[in-house]
Amino acid sequence: MEFGEIVSVLLQGAIVTIKIVAMALPLATIMAFVFGLVRLYAPAPFKQVAIVYIEFFRGTSALIQLYWIYFVLPFFGITIDAMTAAVVALGLNIGSYGTEVVRGAIQAVPKGQYEASVALNFTASQRLWRVIMPQALVNMIPPFGNLAIELVKATSLVSLITIGDLTFKAKSLADTTLQVGEIFGVVLVFYFVMAQVLMLFIKRLEKYLSKGLGRGGFSS
Amino acid sequence: MSAPIIEFKNVKKCFGDTVIFSDFNFKVEENEIVSIIGPSGSGKSTLLRILMTLEGIDGGYINVAGESLWHMPWQGQYVPANSKHLHKMRNHLGMVFQHFNLFPHMTVKRNITEAPMRVKGVSRQDAEELAEKLLALVGLADKADSYPNDLSGGQKQRVGIARALAMKPSILLLDEITSALDPELVDEVLDVIRNLVKEESFTMLLVTHEMYFAREISDRVCFFDKGAIVEEGEPEIIFTAPKEERTKAFLNAYIGQS
Ligand SMILES: Nc1ncnc2c1ncn2[C@@H]1O[C@H](COP(=O)(O)OP(=O)(O)OP(=O)(O)O)[C@@H](O)[C@H]1O
Ligand SMILES: [Mg+2]
Repeated sequence: MEFGEIVSVLLQGAIVTIKIVAMALPLATIMAFVFGLVRLYAPAPFKQVAIVYIEFFRGTSALIQLYWIYFVLPFFGITIDAMTAAVVALGLNIGSYGTEVVRGAIQAVPKGQYEASVALNFTASQRLWRVIMPQALVNMIPPFGNLAIELVKATSLVSLITIGDLTFKAKSLADTTLQVGEIFGVVLVFYFVMAQVLMLFIKRLEKYLSKGLGRGGFSS
Repeated sequence: MSAPIIEFKNVKKCFGDTVIFSDFNFKVEENEIVSIIGPSGSGKSTLLRILMTLEGIDGGYINVAGESLWHMPWQGQYVPANSKHLHKMRNHLGMVFQHFNLFPHMTVKRNITEAPMRVKGVSRQDAEELAEKLLALVGLADKADSYPNDLSGGQKQRVGIARALAMKPSILLLDEITSALDPELVDEVLDVIRNLVKEESFTMLLVTHEMYFAREISDRVCFFDKGAIVEEGEPEIIFTAPKEERTKAFLNAYIGQS
């Protein structure tokens, strides 16, 4: 098979991978914020729900979660297509790690910020959204960046539930053409480029959010 | 004489098993300037933090401007205050912190306008006018658009004072506002307070280790030790002729140091 053809087949797969990332990442972010905030501020029973979610998704493998959602849930009368299963499984999985990022970043904002906002008589929600969160967001970006990269890498699991993502296309191409060197070389470059583009975007975001905080740049 | 603007009655405060105040009584009159001095860990900050509603109490009552601070009337009884009551009571109080606690993600101007606008509903234009006036008062008119991290410690603290004043509190709480500053920056901050009390009358409660400042600015000085007022009175008397041995020992140690 010609190299150009290989690239174009793999590109189709890459687009599927990007689609999954583009949908799972917002889901993961929403889960991270909702359950991270519940974990910190909600009444006890809600906290328990959050803890169960977090511990369950962090404590079991992403592949098994994917299998459950795609293969096992139909036995309980819940059938979803492969793409939705992939987005839900990966979104919930990465989101469970994200909750701890949100929680940690909020707790890392110095206590004095909360105290000053009480002294100025801000309401509880003003304290959170106007004082604490803008500073916490900056703390969140680097670890969120790492999670986003984890997500890109984890998408290769979806090839195991029949989705034609980058990994799936690569494997089937390799099986038929045996040109493993070229194929997996291109795959490597594709994944790497996706991660780099994501990283670039994250650095921009961090720079934008850290205005005034005097710690711009990608601090680790 | 009118009722005191601040009154502690049999207040108890513990941190776990540590008792900070066991039966604390204390009054401040309107427009009185009271300095609190005393050794580390004696409960000076805790006193201010209780007033600012940053710490709750475990017993007794506190009145501020004629109303109970930590309790509210409910069906003919006093019950622990809810957040609405605390929100109302906080309007009387403002605080300046040892470590400034400015909002680093806001410009100096926004640090000052944010609370009046969001909490009191002051229009942006009025809030900004007030901010400009206050910045001029603290000598930082040219720093309105800077971010706190670009200021010196003394400048930060002057913004801290302006920010607290913007809410027009009737009681101002100052907790060691110069302790985190290099010695050469202390006076630019203290001068702001000096000018402030010259121009307007304030009820002010300040914890300080600057004895000369306490002496010159206060109507009354309270010497604290182990959660109790050991001795209090006019500054001239406390600083020149203290009666209690513990006060003498504390002041001697200070003079020895500086
Ligand atoms: N949040 C807290 N939890 C437990 N103990 C506390 C807490 N805050 C204060 N304390 C303790 O209460 C005591 C009084 O503290 P406080 O900060 O009021 O002292 P202070 O007189 O302001 O001392 P300093 O001059 O060092 O500022 C100290 O022994 C302190 O360790
Ligand atoms: Mg203190």
